[in-house]
Amino acid sequence: MNPFASTNQYREKQEKAITALLFAATAITVFTTFGILFSILFEAIEFFQIRSFWYFITGSEWSPGIEDSKFGAVPIFAGTFMITFIALLVAIPVGLGSAIYMSELASDNIRNIVKPLLEILAGIPTVVYGFFAALTLAPLVVQVSHFFGLDASFNSALACGLIMGVMMIPLISSLSDDVITAVPDFQRQAALALGMTQGETIRNIVLPSAMPGIISACLLAASRALGETMIVVMAAGLRANLTWNPLEDMTTVTVRIVDAMVGDQAFDSPATLSAFALGLVLFIVTLIINVFSLIMIRKFKEKYRINTL
Amino acid sequence: MSHHQDNPFYDPSLKKRHRASKYFLWYAKGSLIFSIGFLCFFLLDIVITGLPAFKQTYINIEVSFNEKTIKSTRKAIDKKYRRLASRAWLRNIPRLLEQQPELMNTTQYMWVLADDQVDQYAKQHHHKLKPKQLALVEEMIASDQLDIQFNTLFFSKGDSKIPEYSGILSSVIGTILTLLVTMAVAFPIGTMTAVYLEEFAEDNRFSQWIEININNLAAIPSILFGLLGLAVFINLFGMPRSSPLVGGLTLALMTLPIIIVSARAALRSVPDRIRQAGYGLGLTKIQVVKDHVLPLAFPGIMTGSIIGMAQAIGETAPLIIIGMIAFIPDSPSSIMQASTVLPAQIFTWAGMPERAYVERTAAGIIVLLSVLISLNTIAVYLRKKFEVKW
Repeated sequence: MNPFASTNQYREKQEKAITALLFAATAITVFTTFGILFSILFEAIEFFQIRSFWYFITGSEWSPGIEDSKFGAVPIFAGTFMITFIALLVAIPVGLGSAIYMSELASDNIRNIVKPLLEILAGIPTVVYGFFAALTLAPLVVQVSHFFGLDASFNSALACGLIMGVMMIPLISSLSDDVITAVPDFQRQAALALGMTQGETIRNIVLPSAMPGIISACLLAASRALGETMIVVMAAGLRANLTWNPLEDMTTVTVRIVDAMVGDQAFDSPATLSAFALGLVLFIVTLIINVFSLIMIRKFKEKYRINTL
Repeated sequence: MSHHQDNPFYDPSLKKRHRASKYFLWYAKGSLIFSIGFLCFFLLDIVITGLPAFKQTYINIEVSFNEKTIKSTRKAIDKKYRRLASRAWLRNIPRLLEQQPELMNTTQYMWVLADDQVDQYAKQHHHKLKPKQLALVEEMIASDQLDIQFNTLFFSKGDSKIPEYSGILSSVIGTILTLLVTMAVAFPIGTMTAVYLEEFAEDNRFSQWIEININNLAAIPSILFGLLGLAVFINLFGMPRSSPLVGGLTLALMTLPIIIVSARAALRSVPDRIRQAGYGLGLTKIQVVKDHVLPLAFPGIMTGSIIGMAQAIGETAPLIIIGMIAFIPDSPSSIMQASTVLPAQIFTWAGMPERAYVERTAAGIIVLLSVLISLNTIAVYLRKKFEVKW
């Protein structure tokens, strides 16, 4: 008889049980994704059973009142894209510039001071940015446009977009900083040895090499901006307003979701269910952007065989 | 100029190229200065707006305590002062008499909490005092009957519809309860997932897919987690709406990806020779992971968890969806009771029209940011202190 047999069997069972437990924990992350998808999908389907899907994606009037309610989401999508566009217009150049300075030019001392500061900026809750946008920036935008003889709303898309852009600077700069640092040094040395100036080296050699990672960072920022809630709830308008003018008030998908969910209508009323229809659109769009971004960064990692990003 | 012509390598465009390079580097430096400058301006703006809320105005007036004032507390003070004293303070008189019965049937000069308009005037902000009241307040200032003291109520009271009587206590307790639930769920599950993916899973299509899923989860808009919490925890499992339990579980699902990613990095940094030494001594895989790899990776996992927690504290959008923005004057005592959290309280106050709430909003933000910055500092300290160079 093998004297170790019984304990071995016990151990084997224990190992299997623990492995199964660990696997179950891992499965929760998968359940979460599907949980989000299905909890939105079912209610959204209920919405599209009572309201036209076609009008939802092409209609230009959104008025979720009790009577004569209309659910045409085009002005909402337009507002969301306008604010996201303004935010990216701020965040990409400034974030990328900061990343270039941090990775290519700054001394270690400056890096050690500035990096924690940018982390503070990244860690500020969005409700704080929203308060700042509503209290300080929006009146400022109104004053400045008044100075130029223009009329701006206190809920202007411009103020929201600007503050959202500032919020995303650290996101873009830290991700781009990582990829720019990961570009191998021999590329820089070769370029400098051939007589390129430092600016030319960065622009023509380093940035193109890091481009997949930078695009990935920008996509991630775009996905963040599309789904950002608190800033727009506090500083953007509620009115579904289809316009090209960023000084007017515009609303976004997330604002309408919050408005529908905190309202006092019945849960199965079309006004409440419309939040899930909007949520479904938001989920699908951000999912596509996120996956695309993940594929880009994976390509970059494979190219330079990096494991740390 | 002429010596350039002798140089066979002279490139006439060189000057222009160097200038372009210089401008480009200036642009990079400028963007960084802009970011840091904005951070400073932003923090300064919040601090300047919020600091006055840590002080509160009190007025020294005669208060008479008797049977009549218990029935109608407004009558405890002279008619002309009625609009200057806080309604909430007067309403509290019966409770004050319960605590100090010796005051009954006496008339005393007391420091009474001032109305928010008096407070705003004393702090030289915009106010809505009538000329008659204004004259009275001026008179009180001249006779030292008005004093600005440290605002203890802000830390010892919950939300209130009366601005001078509102504080952050109920929302802070709500935040703590919510975070307890979040960490109790997210920390073990996150660590277990990281252990499975790093130590047990084979590198096949399936684990790659799970990894993409986790990374995607980190980037899904937070408001959608709120819809999940509403549909699953409240509507499906029947958990109480607005409770820290639902809020904590929802935030736990959001925090999971952060904890998993940092825990995996910590596990990966433990060198393979530790594992091989364990196997060489005849340990099983579970024993190696539990007794050797995990303890070595623990500081890294802790750091990641603190950073995840700091993010969960500031999260507002999903909690609004599950109803944690209700008006909660009393602190919740269990995770099943309706409650609110600090950022949600900030959000509610930000929407209030009274000027006194604006400074309270900013003061709430100061408290929130101080907590977040301390947490991040602790995380950085832990990382520095326990970092092992292999």
